[in-house]
Amino acid sequence: MEMKEQVREPDFVLEIRHLRSSFFTRRGEVPAVNDVTIQVPRGKIIGIVGESGCGKSMTAKSVMGLLKYPGRVVSGEILLEGRDIAGMKERELRKICGNEITMIFQEPMTSLNPVIKVGKQVSEALLLHHRELSRAQAREQAIEMFRKVGINEPEKRYDCYPHELSGGLRQRVMIAMAMVCRPKLLIADEPTTALDVTIEAQILKLMKQLRDEIGMSIIIITHNLGVVAELCDYVYVMYAGKIMEQAETFELFDHTAHPYTKGLMDSIPRIGSNAEHLHTIPGVVPNLLHLPKGCLFSNRCPYADDRCRQERPELYQVSQQHCARCFLLEKTGEEAEAHG
Amino acid sequence: MRIFLKRLAGMLVVLVGVVLLLFIMLRIIPGSPVTTLLGERASQQVIDRMTEELGLNDPLFMQFLRYVGNALHGDFGTSYKLNRPVSALIMSAFPNTVRLSIFAALFAWGVGIIAGIISAICKNQQRFRLLSSLIDRLFMGGALVGVSMPVFMTCLFLQYFLAYRVQLFPLSGFDQPLSVVLPAIALGWNSAGTVARMTRSSLLEVMQADYISTARAKGRGSAGIILCHALKNSMLPVVTMMALQISSMLSGAVITETVFGINGIGRLAVTAIQSRDMPLLQGTVIFTTILVMLGNLAADTLYSVLDPRIRREG
Repeated sequence: MEMKEQVREPDFVLEIRHLRSSFFTRRGEVPAVNDVTIQVPRGKIIGIVGESGCGKSMTAKSVMGLLKYPGRVVSGEILLEGRDIAGMKERELRKICGNEITMIFQEPMTSLNPVIKVGKQVSEALLLHHRELSRAQAREQAIEMFRKVGINEPEKRYDCYPHELSGGLRQRVMIAMAMVCRPKLLIADEPTTALDVTIEAQILKLMKQLRDEIGMSIIIITHNLGVVAELCDYVYVMYAGKIMEQAETFELFDHTAHPYTKGLMDSIPRIGSNAEHLHTIPGVVPNLLHLPKGCLFSNRCPYADDRCRQERPELYQVSQQHCARCFLLEKTGEEAEAHG
Repeated sequence: MRIFLKRLAGMLVVLVGVVLLLFIMLRIIPGSPVTTLLGERASQQVIDRMTEELGLNDPLFMQFLRYVGNALHGDFGTSYKLNRPVSALIMSAFPNTVRLSIFAALFAWGVGIIAGIISAICKNQQRFRLLSSLIDRLFMGGALVGVSMPVFMTCLFLQYFLAYRVQLFPLSGFDQPLSVVLPAIALGWNSAGTVARMTRSSLLEVMQADYISTARAKGRGSAGIILCHALKNSMLPVVTMMALQISSMLSGAVITETVFGINGIGRLAVTAIQSRDMPLLQGTVIFTTILVMLGNLAADTLYSVLDPRIRREG
């Protein structure tokens, strides 16, 4: 219970306030990120969890200004240490991205440029943001970073092309690229999804270690609750573009409040449980073009009643630092816990 | 280095094959060079003597060996029609063809690549939709015209409009500095169209790649992304295309040189065909073959410079 009592520092590196990002298609507006508010305290690791297509990557791309046409940020604020970067011009934003905020991507196999030496790709990030550095100095620092992220023979690897490296090594290169400017915030979009389990563990450990060393914050986007449990201080659960539940990690696992989060947890296969079938959440994510009138999860929720299908619930406080978007929690915290 | 030698040996085999094939074909097509030279009314005696003199009575195999033997010593025979050594004729025509081809290639690839890049940028961007889509369409329309128009038509159009109606460039010949412009455009337009379309589609595809997002996330601006990250990748299929275009350009040169009255290899070949001038034709074909092979070799080398994945294999 100590976790609950702890008051979170108001010192946020990144604050996303009521962010809405949509795709504008011929068939209408697709609200991929729908009124999302996320706070990232300094030095903490934040997790964003959800199924494919729930808007977690879109949230990250909104922050980085990477949304591709016809997608764009519709409204909301993205505050990096108080500066709103959502309304910034492309040119201004590029100075921040890659320097103060960096990102690593899901696919290390395709995220590196195949015709440029990996070392050069890393020092490129440095040279872009630190004009005062010479090429030799940038090389030096990149090699140093290679060493830090656990790449053997960094001098030799510097001159390798991506196709000469394994998936794990490439992801290390990506991490080195993201870390080389010592960012305030690292956004990792499913950083280990394409890697096998042993490499995954190494990469996660590395990220945690670098967080401790450099003192940056990390947003981890994942569908893997194991990664969340391993790494995150605070978790946001997203569904159909909205935050469904947010809590400190232990709180979330111990006192799951939202039926959707519960469904996610139950879907983790466990050794020793005698279930004959893998638990799944019935139904599919609603079509974002035709969202249900009521709660977005109502068509799949085992507890849904008429009200859930008619009205949209707000985020209700479950306990300190724990909110969930469900009518079941509207009354008292105790009642909520009975359901959770 | 070993790969290079291997390629060289391969080229030699191809060259011998081309010569042999040409040699046989020239001798099985109907009509004899002797009758073409002497005219229909020449007496049988004269014809026989001429045939004997040219060595056309010997077995084909003997003729071939003699030809190759002489060729290795730099003697490609004497032109029947022009009565001068073939090697001298080729040497006088060679600079013109090379000049024409280089300018045509510069035009084709320079304009093609730049037009392709501009088109792709216009297609990809969201501001000034109307203007950019207009530019895109303009370039792609120009490319379509280039691709679909036969070379001789392009030649005639250019001559009519730019040399006759508006007298900007010389109508024909190759003696003034500006006279290379029209033939080069005529010869290069087709290739420029292909290259432009290819560059555009390739660049558009590459711009969707994950590593472009990485570069953007790194803080690269749009221009830097295209120049440093996208262009090199998108050039890979275009370079392959260019290699193929070298040969089509040299064959196009035959027409262009004829229409513009340029003394080049192509026109030499046309003259040789019309008069069944076997040594001259053999000489021009061998020479063109070598040019095409060298062009391909250059393209392959460029390809491996661009793409490290090819460089260290093989």
